[in-house]
Amino acid sequence: MGLYISKLFNSLVGSKEMRILMVGLDGAGKTTVLYKLKLGEVVTTIPTIGFNVETVEYKNISFTVWDVGGQDKIRPLWRHYYRNTEGLIFVVDSNDRSRISEAREVLQRMLNEDEIRNAALLVFANKQDLPEAMSAAEITEKLGLHSIRQRPWFIQATCATSGEGLYEGLEWLSTTLKKQT
Amino acid sequence: MSTHTYKKFEEAVSGVLPDKMTVYQECLNAFNESPVNAKRCRTLISRLLQLLAQGETFPKTEATALFFAVSKLFQHPNDSLRQIVYLAIKELSVISDDVLMATSSIMKDVQNGSDAIKPNAIRSLTRVLDETTAFSAERLFKSAVVSKHPSISSAALVSSYHLLPVAEATVKRYISETQEAVSDLKTYPYVSGASDYYPNSTYISQYHALGLLYMLRNSDKIALMKIVQQYSGGNVLKNQLAQVQLVKFVGNLLQRDPNVISQFAPLLSGWLTSKHESVQLESAKLITSLPDRNVSPDLVAAAIQTLQGLLTVPRVTTRFAAVRVLNRISMVAPQKIVVCNPELESLINDSNRNISTYAITTLLKTGTSNNISSLIKTITKFIHDISDDFKIIIVDAIRTMAFKFPEEWKSIFDFLINTLKHGDGGFIFKNGIVEALFDLVEFVPQSKETVLENLCDFIEDCEYNEILVRVLHLLGKEGPTTKNPSLYVRHIYNRVVLENSIIRSAAVVALSKFAMVKNDPVLLNSIESLLRRIRNDPDDEVRDRATIALEFIEFSKSQPEAEVPQELINLTYSYDLGALESKLTHYMASNQDSFRTPFDSSSVQKLTEEERKATEYKKRQEQFSAKLSPGKESTPSRSTDADKANGNYSGPTMEEHGEDLRATRYAEELSSIDEFAEFGAIVNSSKDVPLTETEAEFVVSGVKHIYNSHVVLQFNITNTLSDVALDNVSVASTPEVGETSPLNELLTIPIDRLAPSETAACYVAFSKSESIVTEGFLNTLYFTTRELDPATGEPFEGDEGFQDEYEIDSLFITAGDYIKGAFVGNFSASYDELAHSEVAVYNIKEDNSLQEIIDKIIANTNCLPLENSQFATLDSNSHTLKVFGKGITGGARIGLVVRMIKSSKGIALKAEGKSDDAELCSDVVNELV
Repeated sequence: MGLYISKLFNSLVGSKEMRILMVGLDGAGKTTVLYKLKLGEVVTTIPTIGFNVETVEYKNISFTVWDVGGQDKIRPLWRHYYRNTEGLIFVVDSNDRSRISEAREVLQRMLNEDEIRNAALLVFANKQDLPEAMSAAEITEKLGLHSIRQRPWFIQATCATSGEGLYEGLEWLSTTLKKQT
Repeated sequence: MSTHTYKKFEEAVSGVLPDKMTVYQECLNAFNESPVNAKRCRTLISRLLQLLAQGETFPKTEATALFFAVSKLFQHPNDSLRQIVYLAIKELSVISDDVLMATSSIMKDVQNGSDAIKPNAIRSLTRVLDETTAFSAERLFKSAVVSKHPSISSAALVSSYHLLPVAEATVKRYISETQEAVSDLKTYPYVSGASDYYPNSTYISQYHALGLLYMLRNSDKIALMKIVQQYSGGNVLKNQLAQVQLVKFVGNLLQRDPNVISQFAPLLSGWLTSKHESVQLESAKLITSLPDRNVSPDLVAAAIQTLQGLLTVPRVTTRFAAVRVLNRISMVAPQKIVVCNPELESLINDSNRNISTYAITTLLKTGTSNNISSLIKTITKFIHDISDDFKIIIVDAIRTMAFKFPEEWKSIFDFLINTLKHGDGGFIFKNGIVEALFDLVEFVPQSKETVLENLCDFIEDCEYNEILVRVLHLLGKEGPTTKNPSLYVRHIYNRVVLENSIIRSAAVVALSKFAMVKNDPVLLNSIESLLRRIRNDPDDEVRDRATIALEFIEFSKSQPEAEVPQELINLTYSYDLGALESKLTHYMASNQDSFRTPFDSSSVQKLTEEERKATEYKKRQEQFSAKLSPGKESTPSRSTDADKANGNYSGPTMEEHGEDLRATRYAEELSSIDEFAEFGAIVNSSKDVPLTETEAEFVVSGVKHIYNSHVVLQFNITNTLSDVALDNVSVASTPEVGETSPLNELLTIPIDRLAPSETAACYVAFSKSESIVTEGFLNTLYFTTRELDPATGEPFEGDEGFQDEYEIDSLFITAGDYIKGAFVGNFSASYDELAHSEVAVYNIKEDNSLQEIIDKIIANTNCLPLENSQFATLDSNSHTLKVFGKGITGGARIGLVVRMIKSSKGIALKAEGKSDDAELCSDVVNELV
């Protein structure tokens, strides 16, 4: 009975579920982002072997965020989690200039995947608190985001440890995904 | 909706498996759905598990797809869904790729999950970890091991057993947590206060922790001793399985070093009065399985007293276990457990037939010639009430009795023949009895005629063709040599008149053997006329056999000297069946010219009647002791046997079978070497003699092959090093007496390259005179070591290696190498027949038990122990060993009577030998030990 009431309530106020896949190179800060969003606090993390999955509520939308590990050996396994994905979050370590081209390759390859051709892309230019960090504009250029057609994309400068920029990103995702449906 | 679910429910229990591909599709769809329907997913996983449990499996790609689909259910926080997800992961991890993908999610549950799912999470975590990821789970395991919740702690400990082969280093890092878990008494948090009926913990995690500790420390003797000392005292261990485990550790330690017994004796005797029956049992079992010289008689007596007490407890399993241990003791040392006879007798009527059967067989073993007949009377009353399985066990026990008390054959025989004639029972049971009777005929000669006569009565009314045929064969074999052969002829001919064609043809063969009885023309004539009548039989086979038998008889009449028909009708030898089988299998497998070359049976070892009997007899003897070996930690009275102590002993059947095939294997190996072709056939091959410690870098064992006028020494060399290959491996064998030796070295065949952990053989050949030559050889191993490149497994380029040598033990060719065991039914009669005699006296100063000396003499002389004299009685200081054998070349018989007396100064032996061959006799007698 209670279940029915809450379902009814949800349909009235428009609570929605969204499936988000969060990927990126190892050490970009995906797991920290996830738990900052989920718990509001910074947790100590170890390299993710596999994935973490959490539901994050934001503005009546329940985001199911899949944070999949970025190590070499795990990257080929991302594809198992593409199905039904509505939004992609690509996390970049803005401070790691040496691997930005690797990040670009990984991103471009993923964008060619058929299963996620309609998913909106949100890029987190993470670790903005570090002095040498590249700006969002620089990263946009280095990742070749301008050449993306057919899908909405957005880049957000973030700092996962302070939480700066994370909700702005979610905000964009929620408005974009609402528009799509 | 309701009918739909009803149907599903029915499917699950009716045993009809759901369709594999339907389940697969439904799983993929449901698990990828968003949001997840937890209830439906649970149902689907349970169906998937049902499939897997029934042995269905999925191809790798599909299994992987399933695995990843299941992993998506981690998004749902429902505990009951999570539990079944873990079961699915556990099952799928074996057949799927990339299982590491679930690692992080599982680790999160181990850390933060509810108590309900933590144990499951830990168990599946082990399945997805590998060497590289294990270290990141170390902290989780540590905290799970010391968890106050017994289920979580146990799950972590038991999972660590499985983790050990994957990531030993990681497991080793939480040794101290494991130790803590052994002494920690963990209770379930949700039961408030313990009651007598429902204790709120079994403390099982103590047992699991102890087990893990053992696996980590087991190689270190001192550490293991410390574990025992630490946890045996006080009241540390509450779990009885853990206490049993400690007893087993002590057993393990004693096996490695018998001298620590003095340290553990007080502990063991304390355990005998433990409040747990299982602990009492285990320690009694351990004490009674120790070699006698290592354990004080008082302790053994106390152990037997404990067992005696356990025979009358209400718990059936305990009674069973106790009687089983006693049964085991009864095989080697029946006199020790005579005190338990009253209890055992009352167990004969135990409502559990397993127990009563064991009680009886034990009583049969402890029986002395005085009470055997009364025992058999008890059994006769009882045997009709039990099922065939137990009847067979009892018949088996009685059968072995016949060996032990040949003089009691009459009452044994009465029992057997009565149960055979009057008892109901299936084929296996009846066949068992008939075999026991056959044994009597073969090994207790004085019973022969009575048994045969009664078997004749039996076949008048026997429903089993197979048994009838066997009996007929026996009558044909033994009948002609009895006092009154014509008696049997009548019975056999009755079968020809009355039975079906299978039996008729067997009867014809049996009849024809009677025709060969020497000097009885009357019998010969009647057989001939019988056979002629049979020639009109309606069955082809019967007619054929009769005709051919008549032909043989005609032939031998016209040429009395010819041996052919004699041999064909009365086979004097039989093939070594093991060897024949392996030859035939080989022949069938290597079919090169579609069987145009006929099978060559000449290379199969033929056994004469005597040799066959000797092997049979030896097998029976070994059965007594072999029965002790399954499940033993240490072998009573035979623990000196190096092979067994080192764990190379893999059950009696393998050993026996290997024994049978050994000679054939050697013959094949050696005949494939060209250099040895001219030596002729091998006359005898010895057993493997270890020439180094088994822990040595290069393990060497020697085998002596005797040819007519040559000797070949074979050295089996195992390279136990992992990174060094040996080149040009050879053994230099020099006769101890040097130049004057009657042996001349002819050639050496070295091994070109012995790679790591490989075994190969090198040979040294000598020529010798045709007579018996005994000699000792000093042996040195020569080789060039080459270090191997770990990357390629080949020697480093340009590495010349360096030459080395290695002293190994001497190898002795003794008189025993020229002898094979032989069976005689009446030792003293056969012994007295032999012409040449020799006497020698020995004094052995070392502290050996009589049993060790007996074993050594039997091994050295290669003779067959007779009249059950191979077991020393434990409480007496004297013993007489009787062995009999036959020379391998001349066939000279030899019998030995060795009397021994043990005193404080050592053991005195007096050996008397008698033989057909004076030289053999003196060689054997003078080289006894």
